[in-house]
Amino acid sequence: MTATPSQTIGRPNGPKPSLKGKSSRGIILADRAATVVLWGTGVLVLTILGAIIVHFALAAWGVVTLNFVVSDPSETALGGVMPILWNSIYMLALTMLIAVPVGILGGIYMSEYAGENRLTNAIRFAEEAISSVPSIVVGLFGLILFVDDLHLGFTALGGALALTFFNLPLMTRLSEQALRAVPQDERSASLALGATKWQTIRHVVVPLAIPGLITGVILTAGRVFGEAAVLLFTSGIGTPPHYDFTNLDLTNPASPWSPFRPATTLSVYIWKLNSEGLGVFKNQIVDGSAAILISMVLIFNLGARFIGRVLSRRLTAA
Amino acid sequence: MPTTATYTEPVLRRIDVTAPLVADGSAAGSDQIKIATEHVSIKYGEKVAVKDVTLTVQARSILALIGPSGSGKSTFLRCFNRMNDLIPGAKVQGQVCLDGENVTDQDVSVVELRRRVGMVFQRPNPFPMSIYENVAYGPRRRGMNGRRQLDELVETSLKRAALWDEVKDDLRRKSGLALSGGQQQRLCIARVLATEPEVILMDEPASALDPVSTLRIEELMRELREAYTIVIVTHNMQQAARVSDVTAFFTMADDRAGYLVEVGPTGRIFTRPTERLTEDYISGRFG
Repeated sequence: MTATPSQTIGRPNGPKPSLKGKSSRGIILADRAATVVLWGTGVLVLTILGAIIVHFALAAWGVVTLNFVVSDPSETALGGVMPILWNSIYMLALTMLIAVPVGILGGIYMSEYAGENRLTNAIRFAEEAISSVPSIVVGLFGLILFVDDLHLGFTALGGALALTFFNLPLMTRLSEQALRAVPQDERSASLALGATKWQTIRHVVVPLAIPGLITGVILTAGRVFGEAAVLLFTSGIGTPPHYDFTNLDLTNPASPWSPFRPATTLSVYIWKLNSEGLGVFKNQIVDGSAAILISMVLIFNLGARFIGRVLSRRLTAA
Repeated sequence: MPTTATYTEPVLRRIDVTAPLVADGSAAGSDQIKIATEHVSIKYGEKVAVKDVTLTVQARSILALIGPSGSGKSTFLRCFNRMNDLIPGAKVQGQVCLDGENVTDQDVSVVELRRRVGMVFQRPNPFPMSIYENVAYGPRRRGMNGRRQLDELVETSLKRAALWDEVKDDLRRKSGLALSGGQQQRLCIARVLATEPEVILMDEPASALDPVSTLRIEELMRELREAYTIVIVTHNMQQAARVSDVTAFFTMADDRAGYLVEVGPTGRIFTRPTERLTEDYISGRFG
């Protein structure tokens, strides 16, 4: 006797479980639990960011005034952080000026030219290794190389170069990923129209990768804002003198525009005040500086996203 | 042993009886051989994808490459504009001549070749740019910058691709990706026409489209045939029968290498194929 098809394939005949049965309760419970846990994680991330912002907004209330932002530090009064804020912006600009173009070019090489071989595997290994070297070690290396061996002393340039050592691998890796994410179809379409490889990269691949490249810039910049350890040993920790912005002589260490001068940044200043500051207003200054640092990071991130959107629109639909 | 077929007779008229007949071999220049391949074999590493294909394509005619998946049709198509160069390990042997010049030579400029031999892909792939910039892409890359010159070329190309009327009002504002699938594919055709090619390769250009859009693409191909040489890969045998002048049937040998079984006037291939394999395929017994 052969089995009827209904017995060999499909549901067996006989009583069917009710659609409202309890047989699948375990599965449904797991589904609900996953939803709750994943939502919870998202909320946690937002809460942490919110808590940090709210804490420093409250702590800095009454400290961060226009006067605090635009005046020089003072030994006796609350003073301000203008030169230090300037140094943070200056270091960011100087580091990004080096790290972004080199990082993107490196990413283009890795994504479009290098292929898979021993050299690129070695490069990827180096990228990861350098990224995970503790920043204090990078700082020490900067101290030996720039401050001592090259006799530069503590300079913004030395700090920016040390930060570049630290950031370039990350920028390169993120650029490579952003460029690789551009669909192969787009490259083929461009090449099939008789565009050269470089034209394809310049006019199709890079414009389409801009959102990812901007993410790379933001993450790299975040490390510049936040980095203290690398800069302690390379760009110095002294309280800056009064800056004369009319002095445009780049070779003169007295000019705030010159890369050949010490440049204490906000992160370093916060670390220094908090660990060895003695002034009456120490805590207020630390809180105010932290609030300014957070605001800068937020403004930079939003600004970078906005510029990225405009840029990508200009480059693709010009 | 794979058959090597050569076809050099004048093209026949297409067999679609519902559309007006197009002049056959008497059309200007159609006796001229545009593309000739000789003993073309293509390997991916050790794997032979296409084995020993010799055929010719008349100027201003449509050659359809049909056959089951894996028979090497697309691979063969891509050796006409050297797109196989992009695949690591791909190696083309034999000769592929465009107007008598071997395009597989190392010193051939692929950039120049691809301007003369344009390509339309299976999935419509307009750039995420405005319609205008999509069409102007090729000409811009070869250095055309004059606003008036570009405007004119964009307009002619879109008109030839039967898309102008649908997009002329927001050429610069609308993204190519905002168009429907069929419109996107016609935009891709316009983009190719703007590079002023002589040959257009189409790799299953309608397989991602609905029947109405497919018919429009087919009509367009018949119109373009007046000025261009077209080679199309298709899985759709009715499509091959409707649009092409000559049909080449590919299949896979036991070692999975694709080869050419038979090539001839489309009418004959679909009514009186010489090879048993062809007959089995077109009558649905295989493939």
